[in-house]
Amino acid sequence: MAAPLIRARGLTRVYKLGGGDVHALRGVDLDIERGEYCAIMGASGSGKSTFMNLLGALDRPTSGALVVDGEALQDKRPDELAQFRNRAVGFVFQQFNLLPRTTALDNVALPLLYRGWSLARRRKRAEECLRMVGLAERMDHHPSQLSGGQQQRVAIARALAGEPAILLADEPTGALDSQTSDDVMDIFDRLNAEGITLIIVTHEADVGARARRRITFRDGLIVEDVT
Amino acid sequence: MSLMAAVLVALTALRINALRSFLAILGVIFGVAAVITTVSLADGARDAVETRIAALGANTLNISAGSRSRGGRQGGAGSDVPLNDADVNALRTELDFISAASGLVQAGVTAVVDGANWPTTLVGSNADYLDVRDWRLTEGRMFNEGEVQRASRLAVIGQTPARELFPSGGALGATIRVNSQPYEVVGVLSDLGAGAFGQDQNDVLLAPVSTVRSRVAGFARAGVRDPVQQVWVKVAPGVDMAAATAELEDFLRVRRNVAPGAEDNFSVRNFADLIRAFTETQRVLGLLLASAGLITLLVGGIGIMNVMLVSVTERTREIGLRLAVGARRRDIRNQFLIESVVLCSLGGVIGLGVGVAVAATIESFGPALGLTGLAVSVEPSIAVVAIGAAATVGILFGFYPALRASRLDPIEALRHE
Ligand SMILES: Nc1ncnc2c1ncn2[C@@H]1O[C@H](COP(=O)(O)OP(=O)(O)OP(=O)(O)O)[C@@H](O)[C@H]1O
Ligand SMILES: [Mg+2]
Repeated sequence: MAAPLIRARGLTRVYKLGGGDVHALRGVDLDIERGEYCAIMGASGSGKSTFMNLLGALDRPTSGALVVDGEALQDKRPDELAQFRNRAVGFVFQQFNLLPRTTALDNVALPLLYRGWSLARRRKRAEECLRMVGLAERMDHHPSQLSGGQQQRVAIARALAGEPAILLADEPTGALDSQTSDDVMDIFDRLNAEGITLIIVTHEADVGARARRRITFRDGLIVEDVT
Repeated sequence: MSLMAAVLVALTALRINALRSFLAILGVIFGVAAVITTVSLADGARDAVETRIAALGANTLNISAGSRSRGGRQGGAGSDVPLNDADVNALRTELDFISAASGLVQAGVTAVVDGANWPTTLVGSNADYLDVRDWRLTEGRMFNEGEVQRASRLAVIGQTPARELFPSGGALGATIRVNSQPYEVVGVLSDLGAGAFGQDQNDVLLAPVSTVRSRVAGFARAGVRDPVQQVWVKVAPGVDMAAATAELEDFLRVRRNVAPGAEDNFSVRNFADLIRAFTETQRVLGLLLASAGLITLLVGGIGIMNVMLVSVTERTREIGLRLAVGARRRDIRNQFLIESVVLCSLGGVIGLGVGVAVAATIESFGPALGLTGLAVSVEPSIAVVAIGAAATVGILFGFYPALRASRLDPIEALRHE
């Protein structure tokens, strides 16, 4: 059997603060295969976002080993991590994080800018991605001209633009009403059905119910992992 | 990311914040405009004065009686004996490096033709004078040495009296009356342009020195025959002016009985020296202006740095996002650096335009305000230097904000409110 897409061994993350260290992760072991659909759940402060940031190479573990898509992330330099993110990871954030006063098309094309693609090639790919999330008609709209759900779909299109190995979404429906949440989650379901590996942090049971694997964190450790 | 793509990203960011971008570069605009205006006006003034001084002749010397320190030739003391025609002839015949020389007397007179009056300057000289000054005639001839000897009443007139006294032409051969004496016009001078100090050189009547001395009152000097007020000499081409001046001074010291070590009772002025002194003054002035401009630019640069720092703070989330989707630190650094350079260069270009416009306005309205001798000269080199300096300011003052932007932690930047 091929190596898992993600392999975490003894991952810890300690935040050094003036008043004492915060142990956000205390030794996490986890394997995730290609094409899985995982929900990460747990109480506030249990370490979910910290773990996601490590998976997405936005941050480095204090100790432990983390291999994602064949690359050992624990000892890479910042610029190597940046290139890894650009190649292998798509992020969807709770707050969308679209560039203001910039069209949906250019927002989606942004990751490809750092891949050195030509403008024409970037726009062509961005257009495809917007079509995948059903926003072909809104390409020239600025974020302020879009609803929350539409903005999150633009963000999903942006995460897809670089054809990443994994899509990481940290509370992607946290800022949306339930109807819009369902629409966005439908898109995630479809993307996973098409083969992409999906890891979603959520507090909402019905969002978690869509995933085929639920991983629960408590105090920096995985306490439940059900398939 | 290619440079072209990076410049496009920077331009987009600047366009999105157009007003702030504009305010940010105001300092640079003013700095560059100030430099361009002052330097253009200074260059223009220098060009104008240089042309005029050059018109005086780089190889002419002007001699007057009286010591340099007493500053005049009016003193009645024995040491201030005026120069005379004999001195002029001695200079011409005994110093072989002098190719032409003329004594000069002049007086303000009113020239009259058929009831038309024109106040002008009557200059008495010998036949060499046109040679000494490199002046040309448009018509007629210069009076000759024989006519000078005979004190003939002949005149060679400048363009201004020719125009004022003979509005419909026909100056040549006509008669002009000066102090009730008739002078026959034998020649008309070509356009001589403005003098070194802006005066109209064309407003002149030339007549034989002997005639002016005898017909116009005021040149009788006790004990001196044929006095002149000043002597102009022309040094032969290829002769070193400093050496010629020294030799001329030695010659005059002997001739005018200056005791060894005593102060000269005459002074020799060298226009080449005047030009050199002027050029030096201009150089110093130019340096001063350039440093004033540089300080303005630096102040503009501090403004740019301030605005870039604010911009980095405001766009922290944007930076976080760019890092998250794969921008390397140097991509972020270059983005802000390019924004700063583009901003400053834009300020440089606008400042150049404003500076040229202001200089041109001063040039065209200056005379109405009583400012004369103004001229604008924008040298391409100064434009290139000004824009280059603005871009350099962009790099210097944009570097720290850009570095700060590139050092942001992606997670913290994304969480920034
Ligand atoms: N930058 C930081 N500096 C210090 N402590 C931090 C930092 N980020 C997170 N922590 C701490 O680490 C622990 C885990 O935080 P984390 O953000 O991973 O929780 P979470 O499970 O995502 O919570 P939530 O559901 O509220 O988003 C918390 O105690 C938090 O206070
Ligand atoms: Mg969280």
